[in-house]
Amino acid sequence: MIGDRMDILAPILLQFLELLMALALAPLLTGWVNQCRAWLQNRSAPPLLQPYRQLAKLFEKEVVLAHNASSLFRAAPYVIFACMALAAAIVPTLSTDLPFGPAADAIALVGIFALARVFIALAGMDVGTSFGSLGARREMLIGFLAEPALLMVFFTASLISQSTSLSTIVSTLARGEFTIYPSLAFAGIAFSMVSLAENARVPVDNPTTHLELTMIHEAMILEYSGRHLALIEWAAALKLYAYSCLGLALFFPWGIPQAAEFANLPVALAGLLFKLGIGGFLLAVIETVSAKMRIFRAPEFLGTAFMLAVLAMLVHLLLETGK
Amino acid sequence: MSHYYGQFINLLAAILLLLSFAMLGQRRILSLINLFMAQGAVLCVSTATVAFVTGQSHLYWSALITLLLKVILLPWILHRLIRRLNVKWDIETLINIPTTMLIGIVLVIFSFNLALPISELAGTVTRATLGIAIAAVLLAFLMMITRSKAVPQVIGFLAMENGLFFAATSATYGMPMVVELGIALDVLVGMVILGVFFFQIRERFDSLDIRHLEQLKED
Repeated sequence: MIGDRMDILAPILLQFLELLMALALAPLLTGWVNQCRAWLQNRSAPPLLQPYRQLAKLFEKEVVLAHNASSLFRAAPYVIFACMALAAAIVPTLSTDLPFGPAADAIALVGIFALARVFIALAGMDVGTSFGSLGARREMLIGFLAEPALLMVFFTASLISQSTSLSTIVSTLARGEFTIYPSLAFAGIAFSMVSLAENARVPVDNPTTHLELTMIHEAMILEYSGRHLALIEWAAALKLYAYSCLGLALFFPWGIPQAAEFANLPVALAGLLFKLGIGGFLLAVIETVSAKMRIFRAPEFLGTAFMLAVLAMLVHLLLETGK
Repeated sequence: MSHYYGQFINLLAAILLLLSFAMLGQRRILSLINLFMAQGAVLCVSTATVAFVTGQSHLYWSALITLLLKVILLPWILHRLIRRLNVKWDIETLINIPTTMLIGIVLVIFSFNLALPISELAGTVTRATLGIAIAAVLLAFLMMITRSKAVPQVIGFLAMENGLFFAATSATYGMPMVVELGIALDVLVGMVILGVFFFQIRERFDSLDIRHLEQLKED
């Protein structure tokens, strides 16, 4: 009797655990990337827990609103945060058999990211400062180029596993007979390029800059303060976490257990932390070795990502079918 | 086990296609030469793998020739040439790069379709890669068309030869040794003659832009 109940409860509990873990780990990942970047650039590194302190500080501060800020401006941080938390919960990290798995597939995930993007762009334009609308326009430019590439990457993975559900994709890739998929190599490169653009990372945008000519993400959130800013920063960290987990789940799926059982938890958790650590370090390396592009080079960068994703699909159709 | 070799060859073919696209989108001559070198290296490894899987010993010689000629000798000559010509500037393209890439994708779709019926008839391990080989040839061709400077055009020509060589390997396990040696020699001699041409063009027009050659017309 108790065993039966555990069978029903375990997936739900694990799902909650996954969500809580995403909320807790996301700032840590940001801190780790910042630390690696500081090491690589010969600076003295900020402490690993710095993002948490920043969030705590911002949550304590008072919110200052512009006179003409509408209710949308006040609601946007919550919407964005909710979208990112949901996205992080959908991506299978601890198990491929979680309740949220069938609820949303890869295409819905892209939709959730798009919803957050629309709200942050609207909020950027809401107060009517020139920086806000400049940032919003640039964000939409990046977004409309990055989205098709991301969808194409998902379609390639879906063609391989015959399903758009993330759990099915991951379990097919992780547990099927070992096969070399050249198409996934292409898709992986395309996905990394899209992630760099979507997370406002160096070749496209600089997350630490406040230089008016170059900033994209920062320009939109200049007007935010206090707990609103904290939520947005946290959401940005969650987005980086969700994208990292997504990349790991699609291209390095080994070690994500099938069954949602607590017995598998330590292995899954250790694997995830190890992979995230390496992924964060690689991100810092990319950010250190590449220079920020001019904004008008970004379409070319994302066009290349789209092309790679299309090639991935073509290569899949040519090389990996009909055998 | 041969199953995995087939997959490995497919992976190399995909990398070859990726490198072709990278060359198409590359703006710097130095990186272009390095990409050409990488393409030669991939070609060499894939030929050696095919030789190993099929036991065709003459393909080992082909791989060796590829290694010596396309990974070591030709890049070395090209590096020397651009040092002596002092051309490290960014490449001008006639069509902008994103458009070139899109045309490239269309070419890839075209060549994959073209190769499908041929691959179905072929019985080789490498039959699936024929489409990629044709695509590599066409992409190199496109690169020659869209570049206005002489050096990238020559690299396009050499890359096209890479694609042809790959096509020969994937369709029929390579050409006879005599033909292969002849082609290798041709490429080498062509390279030397074109090297001389570079200096002549530059002496005549003070630039390596081959659009100046149109002025030679008498009308």
